[in-house]
Amino acid sequence: MAQPSTADLERIFREEYGRTVAVLVRVFGDLDLAEEAVQDAFAAAVRAWPESGLPPSPAGWLITTARNRTIDRLRREASRQDRYAQAALLHARGEPAEEGPVRDERLRLLFTCCHPALAMSARVALTLRLLGGLTTAEIARAFLLPEPTLAQRIVRAKAKIRDAGIPYRVPDEADLPERLAGVLAVVYLIYNEGHTASTGQALVREDLCAEAVRLARLLAGLLPGEPEALGLLALLLLSESRRAARTGENGEVVLLADQDRGRWDRALVAEGQALVRECLRRNRPGPYQLQAAINAVHSDAPSTAETDWHQIVRLYDQLLAIAPNPVVALNRAVAVAEVEGPAVALALVDELKLDRYHLFHAIRADLLGRLGRTGEAARAYETALERTANEAEQALLRRRLAGLG
Amino acid sequence: MKQYLLSIYQPTGGVPAPDVLAGVMRDLERLNQELRAAGAWVFAGGLHSPESATVLRPDGDHVLTTDGPFAEGKEHLGGFTIIRAEDLDSALHWGRRLAKATTLPVEVRPFQDEAGD
Repeated sequence: MAQPSTADLERIFREEYGRTVAVLVRVFGDLDLAEEAVQDAFAAAVRAWPESGLPPSPAGWLITTARNRTIDRLRREASRQDRYAQAALLHARGEPAEEGPVRDERLRLLFTCCHPALAMSARVALTLRLLGGLTTAEIARAFLLPEPTLAQRIVRAKAKIRDAGIPYRVPDEADLPERLAGVLAVVYLIYNEGHTASTGQALVREDLCAEAVRLARLLAGLLPGEPEALGLLALLLLSESRRAARTGENGEVVLLADQDRGRWDRALVAEGQALVRECLRRNRPGPYQLQAAINAVHSDAPSTAETDWHQIVRLYDQLLAIAPNPVVALNRAVAVAEVEGPAVALALVDELKLDRYHLFHAIRADLLGRLGRTGEAARAYETALERTANEAEQALLRRRLAGLG
Repeated sequence: MKQYLLSIYQPTGGVPAPDVLAGVMRDLERLNQELRAAGAWVFAGGLHSPESATVLRPDGDHVLTTDGPFAEGKEHLGGFTIIRAEDLDSALHWGRRLAKATTLPVEVRPFQDEAGD
């Protein structure tokens, strides 16, 4: 194998971080120790690989090196009566050394990071740190938080995992659906954080989306019997397929109706749609599968006018039945407008209690505009403008307001 | 094995109707039997009302004695159960059962030391 470049090493470390940490957590039963061990092995790899070339299995090399170097270090410390080192050594003794293909331990670690006993913000940070291999600085930048705040959040979460005895385990069959829903929610939140906000550095934001897709792929791959895991992956892929079309030349938001559909990523669309078909075949619908199915209908259509809106309304009906939520009802009303006209849709929208949500007012404004009630539409756009601080969204609303004529 | 304190918080003032209370006591007794059978039971007990409490506060060489609970609040510690459990998931499983039996919020908190067994 050729001598790896620095870029090669960085890519490998990023890709293998979650897997190596997950295996070493199993070996030592301790998160901090696992992370130290992996960083130590990465440092050893930086020294060794440019000379020796890449080993046949970089992950296997990293795991074996991390394990052996840490056991050596612990032995030295254990002789000094360090209880902590002794406990970790005792734990490691029960674990066989890696031979052959490396077992994938990431699922167990993911369930630990997304444990319901941890706050949502801690789950997101831990998942990105331990499974995504993002640095605390990168995560802090992505969430617009001071780095010490983010670092402390991770330290606290790790301490709770250790002190409260949160296990490294995939939950029992009985608890799996509920716990999996919690994991999927974390992945979806990571994706939305990367996808929605226009603040923050674009590159880091795209990292969040890419990481969420990677995690969704991991979950779908390791839990192929769980259709909601497939559904989330399909939803993210279909949403990703529209990334290039979603922003205009000057970074402004382009709505679905106005997007250049030729710029949609056809490979992602095809992969997402195939997953949706697989979900349909399983016939165990859930919220992510239904949202993915709605996206798949859009992806099928050459234009807004040629979209199968009847099908979309039916899917929203199903979604509302399983997961009643005013925002879903609002989106359903948008589809109803295409089938039954803006007057019927407006009546539905007016029943919703979403006064603080800017899109509620933006959608009302659009429907009022289509009904020729221009004055009311303008007022609704102004209310929407007051309800969002997002500059790209504000620019879009101002354009719509100006376009009322 | 770890040990966990399951604290039961109840609203201050107002006592449930006798038949409601009898149902709760029956469910609690059944849960305690299950805890014992599973080898998870360490201790369980209900407390008298906060008005029955006395607080002792060190003050130089003396210790001051005052009537009433340490902190007045809308909720107070009504009782607790100590269990032995493999990990938090197992402790939360028992905690959930306790919350259902008592119809009250339950706080699950780990002890610092491992249970000797």
